[in-house]
Amino acid sequence: MDFLNNFQLNSLMFLIPSLFMFCCGVYGFLTRRNMIAMLISLELMLNAVDMNFVVFNRFLCPAQMDGMFFTLFAIAIAAAETAVAIAIIINAYRIAKDIDVKDLTKMKF
Amino acid sequence: MEATLPLLILVLPLLMFLFLGLFGKFMSHKWAGIIGTAGMGVTMILAYYTAYLYFFSGNFVEDGTRVQYIVFNQDWLSLWGNLVIKLGFLLDPISALMLVVITTISFMVHLYSNGYMRDHHGVWETGFQRFYAFLSLFSFSMLGLVVATNIFQMYIFWELVGASSYLLIGFYYTKPSAVSASKKAFIVTRFADLGFLIGILILSFTTGTFDFMSLTSTPLAGVENTYIVDAATATTALETGAGQMFLGGSLMTWALVLIFMGGMGKSAMMPLHIWLPDAMEGPTPVSALIHAATMVVAGVYLVARLFPLFMINDDLGGAALDIVTVVGALTAFYAAVVACTQLDIKRVLAFSTISQIAFMMVSLGVSRPEVHDNLGYMASMFHLFTHAMFKALLFLGAGALIHAVGSNDYTAMHGLRKRMPITHITFLVGCLAIAGIIPFSGFFSKDEILTACFGNSIIAYVWMSMVAGLTAFYMFRLYYLIFWWKEHKVHEGHHAPKDQPWTMTLPLVILAIVATFAGFVPFGDLVTWNGHPHHGGINWMIASISLCVALLAIGLATIMYRKENPLPERMRHLFPNLWTWARNRFYFDELYMFITHKIIFNSICKPIAWFDRHVIDGTMDAFASVTNKASYAIRGLQSGNVQSYVWVYLIGAIVLGGGTVAVIFLFF
Repeated sequence: MDFLNNFQLNSLMFLIPSLFMFCCGVYGFLTRRNMIAMLISLELMLNAVDMNFVVFNRFLCPAQMDGMFFTLFAIAIAAAETAVAIAIIINAYRIAKDIDVKDLTKMKF
Repeated sequence: MEATLPLLILVLPLLMFLFLGLFGKFMSHKWAGIIGTAGMGVTMILAYYTAYLYFFSGNFVEDGTRVQYIVFNQDWLSLWGNLVIKLGFLLDPISALMLVVITTISFMVHLYSNGYMRDHHGVWETGFQRFYAFLSLFSFSMLGLVVATNIFQMYIFWELVGASSYLLIGFYYTKPSAVSASKKAFIVTRFADLGFLIGILILSFTTGTFDFMSLTSTPLAGVENTYIVDAATATTALETGAGQMFLGGSLMTWALVLIFMGGMGKSAMMPLHIWLPDAMEGPTPVSALIHAATMVVAGVYLVARLFPLFMINDDLGGAALDIVTVVGALTAFYAAVVACTQLDIKRVLAFSTISQIAFMMVSLGVSRPEVHDNLGYMASMFHLFTHAMFKALLFLGAGALIHAVGSNDYTAMHGLRKRMPITHITFLVGCLAIAGIIPFSGFFSKDEILTACFGNSIIAYVWMSMVAGLTAFYMFRLYYLIFWWKEHKVHEGHHAPKDQPWTMTLPLVILAIVATFAGFVPFGDLVTWNGHPHHGGINWMIASISLCVALLAIGLATIMYRKENPLPERMRHLFPNLWTWARNRFYFDELYMFITHKIIFNSICKPIAWFDRHVIDGTMDAFASVTNKASYAIRGLQSGNVQSYVWVYLIGAIVLGGGTVAVIFLFF
């Protein structure tokens, strides 16, 4: 139990998982072809960033709550953004009968 | 005085312009005419009331001297430091006089145009509402010009009257001759205004002020906004530029001469007169309002406004006032000679206008303090007043004739005195007035001018008397050719010329009455250069001589033109060259054509055009085509594949971020 008593929280303990999450998000966004999967990857990146906000707020300036609030707002906006993204995907599906991003390349020169 | 009343004088015509210009096409022709005329009528009454208050209420007289009163003077454009351009309203003898002249003639013309701007079947001309809108714009600009408190305000409105003159000359814009006439008027006066602007800049840079009051007047102790014209201030202003010479003249002389150049352009003095005869392409009421009575005397008004400066400049040995005299004298003679040979009745009147304005210029030019205390100044303003009335009358009469006959040419008229009695009588009154027959108004003002000339130099007197004789001659030549001779037969199906509707004859009758009695206005009590009343009376010696000259000239015209006879032909063959030159206006237009087309176009404009087309345009085209080719080459980058964009973005972000970190670590 000595280990548990001496346990100290450390910002790296949060930042490393968050970095991992972010990289997973980038990887997924670049490699998955399905737009829903890309959207999920995007959310992953967003959450990683939110986590960074909270962590930095807690460890750098605990007296203020700016980072926390920023995160709350970001979550709310992310929810709205997801709804918009889903709407776009549904419309893309109606037009192309497909949500594979490789096939949705009409917007070019 | 409250500022509301004078402000209304300016604002009403402006509102009329906006109203008729914006909403004119939604109203009937008739109502546009009625509204425009009524608006001008109200402005006229307000102007009369203002002038009445100024001249007769006694509030603007201090120790027997008429003061200059600034009703308001508002900062309009603050640039920096003391460089502020103001817009204001100056009430003094000449501006009050001009308010009366402008609004009277403008109202008459508004009324007259109701009849003139439609054909014999009562069909309105297209653009009738536009015509009234432009007339209002012109009235606004001209009123703003005469009440200007500073030279820059005057310049602004000066350009505005130029613009409205352009719009009205080119009113029949489907007619190529009208279009080219309007362009000519615009370009020639703009060229003159270049001199005016440079003059303003020199004058205001040297004296440090735009303000007329600081240039020519001293404030009256204890009374706000009130000034008295004072030669001492003008002397101080001129001495700020003392000792600076440029090309043999002092700086101030150059400034005044350049300012006068602007006046030469507007007032059609030789050699910048060429636009005025062509400006007769506009509708005749416009010629009466702008190109006879008001706008073209702006040059005279400008010199009168700065007269103390000109006068002191002359005292200090400057040549500005002598230049005014010489230019005026040459123009007066030239225009009178040309007027004797023209066919188009409006052209005759145009040249007569040039000649009469030159009279006013000469009168200012010969005005000296020692000659009856600047009688010339007062005579010039007097002649401006009477000339505005009788010349507007003559032009409106000519308009009635043209409207009835359908041609500008006197050969198409002849013998109209029985068919158009009202026009005949009023036109005759105008002719008598301009010829200077007692008791018509022109007699009095011309007598004052000749007295002023006589006091200055005998040469000026003889010269101007000769021109006065020529004036009487060509006016009666015109009169006889129009109203006498044998009548043309009226062909089947044509209308016989007859007197025009009341909207056209009423202004003629009113103006004829004014032109008859305007000479009895005690002008010396009202308008003098420094506000002191001047009791000169008529110089009967000079008056009787000029009367004899005028009567002789009329007699000669009667012998030559009363009936069709071979005498004019014989006279013409006596001086064939003179006649041809005068008929062709001494080839001034051809001279200008030669200078502009052959010399300036070929030696300056063509190389510049080549440079523009090949070097400047070429550079721009090169930019465009390089951009075009490069973007065509790299357009494949925009593939439409979202994930490839993300790759580019990611790599870019890593490179930029990594680069920044590397730079920070390496160098800091």
